[in-house]
Amino acid sequence: MATEPETPVAALAAEPAVPSLVDRYFTRWYKADVKGKPCEDHCILQHSNRICVITLAGSHPVLQSGKAIKSISYQISTNCSRLQNKVSGKFKRGAQILTELAPLCKIYCSDGEEYTIYICVRGRLMVVNENILHKPSILQEKPSTEGYTAVVLPKFEESKSITEGFTDTKTV
Amino acid sequence: MDNLSQNGEGKTSIIEDGSIASKNSNLNVCNVCLGILQNFCEKEFIKKVCQKVEASGFEFTNLVLSISFPPQLSVREHAAWLLVKQEMGKQSLSLGRNDIVQLKEAYKWIIHPLFSEELGVPIDGKSLFEVSVVFAHPETVEDCHFLRVICPDCFKPAKNKKSVFTRMAVMKALNKIKEEDFCKQFPCPPNSPKAVCSVVEIECAHGAVFVAGRYNKYSRNLPQTPWIIDGERKLDSSVEELISDHLLTVFKAESFNFSSSGREDVDVRTLGNGRPFAIELVNPHRVHFTSQEIKELQQKINNSSNKIQVRDLQLVTREAIGHMKEGEEEKTKTYSALIWTNKAIQRKDIEFLDDIKDLKIDQKTPLRVLHRRPLAVRTRIIHSMETHYVDEHHFRLYLKTQAGTYIKEFVHGDFGRTKPNICSLMDVTADILELDVESVDVDWPPALDD
Repeated sequence: MATEPETPVAALAAEPAVPSLVDRYFTRWYKADVKGKPCEDHCILQHSNRICVITLAGSHPVLQSGKAIKSISYQISTNCSRLQNKVSGKFKRGAQILTELAPLCKIYCSDGEEYTIYICVRGRLMVVNENILHKPSILQEKPSTEGYTAVVLPKFEESKSITEGFTDTKTV
Repeated sequence: MDNLSQNGEGKTSIIEDGSIASKNSNLNVCNVCLGILQNFCEKEFIKKVCQKVEASGFEFTNLVLSISFPPQLSVREHAAWLLVKQEMGKQSLSLGRNDIVQLKEAYKWIIHPLFSEELGVPIDGKSLFEVSVVFAHPETVEDCHFLRVICPDCFKPAKNKKSVFTRMAVMKALNKIKEEDFCKQFPCPPNSPKAVCSVVEIECAHGAVFVAGRYNKYSRNLPQTPWIIDGERKLDSSVEELISDHLLTVFKAESFNFSSSGREDVDVRTLGNGRPFAIELVNPHRVHFTSQEIKELQQKINNSSNKIQVRDLQLVTREAIGHMKEGEEEKTKTYSALIWTNKAIQRKDIEFLDDIKDLKIDQKTPLRVLHRRPLAVRTRIIHSMETHYVDEHHFRLYLKTQAGTYIKEFVHGDFGRTKPNICSLMDVTADILELDVESVDVDWPPALDD
């Protein structure tokens, strides 16, 4: 049945918190002031398999205390909704191929402010996170995991170059 | 040594360095068999081929002979047949194609007993050991060309610069072409060639044999297959190499194909009875092993590494592999996971998990494999769970799940892409520290007493 745990139980209890899921598999790349807008910092989580998860950095206005989100929409223009992105097969056919400044979604806050989240890296749009549509507060509660915005698959050849110009440390 | 070629007319003879030279004689080369029935039915030729077979180092108890004639021989045979049919017709006798003995059949009637006697084994059409002899006759290669003019659709464009006039294509065209058209284009009887055929290839090959067993994996730093990126090996060795390399040596095989009933990540151990696997050994030179010898081979593998261990090692048939792959899709697996929680927990906080039966979960393709798998949602069932409290931030979870469940993602939720998950069930942030496969519930291969 049960086999001996590899680390003795006593040692486990005393250990500090383990590296999180994000820290184990992803590199955090920060892009500050996206599209020139002060403090609208994005954090791109790049997996060792090159896939990028688009999230907001802790310094983004939406994540500051006191900000309440009214709604989130993937309808970024009259003719374009990121929800229409339909991907099929191993080679992800049908994915929208986007460049760095493509908008992903719009956030409408209770105080009237509007923010746009941008993709920041070139590649195929795999997924937009529908969980934040149904429960916008997740974006603020878990910005680095369940509150992500989208998943992008960059071209194999570009997997390193897409984060040129990004910093790998948090902005103050 | 490979080229038993004949430069001119006459009998073949073997000179010291093994090449075949001509002896002058007044024998004309047959215009139908191109010398095959004349020169290549002799004991001396058979002996030469058998020497090569023996030198190849294969172990065999029977064999199948595969003879390949030059395609133009079929054209000449066809011409002869039309001529005979015509003559018989003049005498008001009808003749079916099957009333005539095929050249290849006749050749085999003659040489099979000679091969059998020389090698001391029977010829058996079902044998896995194949000796192939290929004849060619460059002088008459153009005999076939007229067929492409008359039946162009029978001749597909050649791949790899090989001739488009394959035996299959030529036969197809001969079946299609009308008698009158054939006789217009090709002389019946055919012209006599100057030289006899030559043997351009003698090859031996043994069909694949299969070895199955179950493996345990005790290392958290071992991939199942070699992990190589851009020509650089990322981690030393692999499960498949640690097992197969020994088999490759002992069976003297050219290469192997490793497959198993599912697989585990680099950092996951496989405990219990282990995971079923099967290895196809390609072109093995040695194939006969007693069960004692297989047991010793198993011991050898087990002594050579403490990262993996194998059990129930045995020879199996190709058909048996199906049982293993069945296991991958259909059977259940059990796991044990060491889980960390951010919030402090008490025993009562995890007890409810023990009562959950047949929990349905939806798993979107995990991010860690999304680069090579299609985007999809998979519904899986967690049949049962059992918890063991460790401390305020840790507990062990034993689970029995449907095949194809991503366990790590069930624990940490994979960015909310697996629902429900341990985090959502317990309302904590949870992560998985260790994962072990406790059992793979496939009852194949048959367990052996050790």
